[in-house]
Amino acid sequence: MSPEKNSSSHDHGHSHHHDHSHLTDIDARVRALETVLSAKGYIDSDAVDKIVQTYTTKIGPQNGAHVVAKTWCDPEFRKWIERDSTAAIHSLGYTSRQGEHIEAVFNSDTLHHLIVCTLCSCYPWSVLGLPPAWYKSPPYRSRAVFDPRGVLEEFGLVLPSSTGIEVHDSTSEVRYLVIPQRPEGTEGWTESELSRLVTRNSMIGTAVASAPGDRR
Amino acid sequence: MNGGADLGGLMGLGPISVEKNEPLFHAEWEKRAFGMTIALGACGQWNIDTSRYTRENVHPADYMVTPYYKIWIDAAIRLMMQRSMISETEIETGTAIDAPAPVKPKLKASDVDAVLSAGGPADRPTQGHPVWQVGDHIKTVNNHPRTHTRLPRYARDKTGEITKVHGFHVFPDSNALGLGEDPRWLYQVTFKSRDLWGEQGNPLDTISLDLWEPYLKALQ
Repeated sequence: MSPEKNSSSHDHGHSHHHDHSHLTDIDARVRALETVLSAKGYIDSDAVDKIVQTYTTKIGPQNGAHVVAKTWCDPEFRKWIERDSTAAIHSLGYTSRQGEHIEAVFNSDTLHHLIVCTLCSCYPWSVLGLPPAWYKSPPYRSRAVFDPRGVLEEFGLVLPSSTGIEVHDSTSEVRYLVIPQRPEGTEGWTESELSRLVTRNSMIGTAVASAPGDRR
Repeated sequence: MNGGADLGGLMGLGPISVEKNEPLFHAEWEKRAFGMTIALGACGQWNIDTSRYTRENVHPADYMVTPYYKIWIDAAIRLMMQRSMISETEIETGTAIDAPAPVKPKLKASDVDAVLSAGGPADRPTQGHPVWQVGDHIKTVNNHPRTHTRLPRYARDKTGEITKVHGFHVFPDSNALGLGEDPRWLYQVTFKSRDLWGEQGNPLDTISLDLWEPYLKALQ
């Protein structure tokens, strides 16, 4: 950069300031927005608190882990979720938004499922809660459909070359939940013990369920 | 639209950045932006497809680098400004200046549980019968609307197989523009990786998308 250009950018010192206080600016703007929206009667801040609290404490991957563990343990439930995932999952009380229509997909030795939303950030909130930042990020969204094996390797998961991958691009209001394979060595485990092996990523498809170790 | 949000197959974006023990929200503003976006739905001034269209309708370079909840709240602000619900001056000063726009009653804290539990199903009473059945092979249309669509660029003008009939669902291309729900049959369509990506695809892998009837046509 020439000294001239350098000094010219110095004249626009406010942009330099913005770079450093970017997040503070967002914070202040969002706070001001909430004040205005409350004053104008469009929102109730207590309702905003309640929404945040619901997704922080009540709706999260523990819901999906329950669904998976029940699918592993209960043959009748497994038949139901294979036939009508929405009804089976709703029967456990997980009816909330971004889970109104839901398809469970089942991993096997020959087929592994991976979930993505290339167009935005569609994710089964009712059973997994809010998505992690990487799920919404351009690197994941761009590559999951084109190079799923490369993506899985980045997550430390190398599948046998004989295992096919089915990638689900969530383009509609139908949400997808991966039912990972039940880990070996868990015979006789209860549903609640099994649910501790079911990680969030194993229900997105970027991992398999945890191996039984000291998790019991 | 062929915008920054239509990311499938784009290259050069680098490795996936996975944060260990990632918190649900990274800052207070993310919580508020998320909660307000949900709460504002009660005002009844737009639908989920309009929201998505507004979020993707930004400069692609900005889209790629903007934190996700900022994309959300910026879109909510634009939607509210378009409907004269708020002004930039009001946000800058943190003060309500103009009279509120007539909107549906705000979401009360005591109703949050019921509203979240009820969700917002996208299926509608069926009309007629689906044109395609499971096992049919179809081709997707080669269509590049400047407005909202849920057929990504990478899956246009490709051959796939109907693998499920989901039902009769709100059609986003219409709903996003406020032109009505115009529900259509929705299918799961499965594409062979090699049919989408050629030699760079994998012979064993498939990609499944949920596509509405207007996106599909008969094989020639």
